[in-house]
Amino acid sequence: MLSPRRKIVNALMLSLTGVCTVFIVGVLFIILGYLFWNGARYLSIDFFTKLPVPIGESGGGMANAIVGSGKLLLLATLIGVPFGFLGGVYLAEFGTGPFPSMVRYMTDLLNGVPSIVIGIFAYSVLVRPMHHFSTLAGGLALGVMMVPIALRTTEEFLRGVPQSLREGAMALGASKARTIATVVIPAAFKGILSGMLLDLARVAGETAPLLFTSLGNNFWSSGWDKPTAALPVMIYQYATSPYDDWHRQAWAAGFVLLALVLAVNVVARLVLARASHAA
Amino acid sequence: MSSAPITLSRSRSIAARFRAGDEFAYTLTLVCAASIFLVTCLLVYQLWIGANLSRHQFGWDFIFTSTWDPAREIYGAVPFMFGTVVTATVALFISVPIGLGAAIFLSEMALPSISDTLTFLIELLAAVPSVIYGLLGIFLLVPVLEKTVVPLLKSTLGFLPIFSGAFYGVSLFSASIVLSIMIVPFIISVSREVLLAVPVDQREAALSLGATKWETTSQVVVPYAKRGIYGSIFLALARALGETMAVTMVVGNVPKVQASLLAPGDSIASVIANQFTEATSDLYVSALIELGLVLFAITIIINGLARLLILTTGAKVAK
Repeated sequence: MLSPRRKIVNALMLSLTGVCTVFIVGVLFIILGYLFWNGARYLSIDFFTKLPVPIGESGGGMANAIVGSGKLLLLATLIGVPFGFLGGVYLAEFGTGPFPSMVRYMTDLLNGVPSIVIGIFAYSVLVRPMHHFSTLAGGLALGVMMVPIALRTTEEFLRGVPQSLREGAMALGASKARTIATVVIPAAFKGILSGMLLDLARVAGETAPLLFTSLGNNFWSSGWDKPTAALPVMIYQYATSPYDDWHRQAWAAGFVLLALVLAVNVVARLVLARASHAA
Repeated sequence: MSSAPITLSRSRSIAARFRAGDEFAYTLTLVCAASIFLVTCLLVYQLWIGANLSRHQFGWDFIFTSTWDPAREIYGAVPFMFGTVVTATVALFISVPIGLGAAIFLSEMALPSISDTLTFLIELLAAVPSVIYGLLGIFLLVPVLEKTVVPLLKSTLGFLPIFSGAFYGVSLFSASIVLSIMIVPFIISVSREVLLAVPVDQREAALSLGATKWETTSQVVVPYAKRGIYGSIFLALARALGETMAVTMVVGNVPKVQASLLAPGDSIASVIANQFTEATSDLYVSALIELGLVLFAITIIINGLARLLILTTGAKVAK
């Protein structure tokens, strides 16, 4: 027979686990709700089309930061995706011996490096030699952050492609390179693309590595070798300022950034879930 | 096998061999994979070189000095190491019980479809950029702490030194709470995975011996997945230690060691973010880079431990 005490403990602890879950999901909805409510209130067309205005004036927007973030992400993609993708192809298709597992270990290590330290790295290799902050340095920092996940996702999805597809292509006389390029990669394309998008969404919100690389800019950035504004950095600067006008702008920027990041996450994760069901 | 077409095509033109491309593809992808080594080594090298001035000036004293005074050019890492460790530890105290509870619910109690949906939502929490957590920390969390949570804490536990002193909103405590919300998704999603990997017969054996569901979970399932759960906690810890923006926005940025959690403090990542562009002298910059080196070393060790733990569980479950 079950003693009453055991019954009560059972019911109590099991319901506590439920409470924990409800609590966490509740926090998620509070965060989203509060941000979207505040952000939507302060968002206007001006936000997307105008430059920031000096302290004291109300209105203005963050057009330069939106374009700046776009430029930084373009650079990050140009650096992170080719290296990550090709490195992943190596691990999945060519890797033999102890070298691949060393690469995997290094990748995980690099992935765990705090973003602020990546910022110091980009500062040391680009900002210091060039003697000024630049879009390029910010893009490099974000690009380096993209590589580990791009590499591991590519490897994972290429490994998911059945061996029989490779054998079929080779039996028809295709070289290994051709097999990979025309059969294996297309078969894993959807998964890899989703992984890359998730990766991009992750670095899109990164602030710390930009603080002393791309710095920030109240005007349009005049070139790739000049400082540029970026949405996450603007949120940081505006939120920590003492001005109400700036706080409102920070909410609007937070809304735009989070909406973009979450939209990419939801779409990419749904595609991934479907891809893994099909496999 | 990959070299077969190459040897056959020896007589063909260079262009033809290039088109067949096996050697080329191998070399290209190998170079990209090896670039990871290059970048990691370069990263360590740059941190080491950048910290030269400070290392020569202070030596090991750097990590034992509790003064940070740019005006007098005295730099010590203690206040920041203290803040980093305290905020991360308190965050773990909050998020481990909640995260583990939720992970148990999602793996043992909830229907698979509900569990998957909730996990999807919780993993979205992990995708929220840290600067957004900072924004919400300043405008949502700090006011709530000031009005309700901290007065309640002070009236009940105020006799403890860690809850003594005045509260100005920004504090180690605020940073810990923000961190705990940020790391809980990692604990939940990794712990849930390792709990789900526990074989069903383990549960059935315990249940058939008359254990209740909770007894089965707490005495059989969780111990079986123990190493993986530790791994998830270490991963979360590494993330908390390296977190910059959310901490810097609510921690107060005061480089002092104080007993009270309600007092403002600072962390390694946070001080680098705050002072790097303002650093005027070479020694100042060098000291900040050395702080980066310290942070790098700490997170590498914690991450390494986490991966080791998760790997060994994975092997055990796979058998």
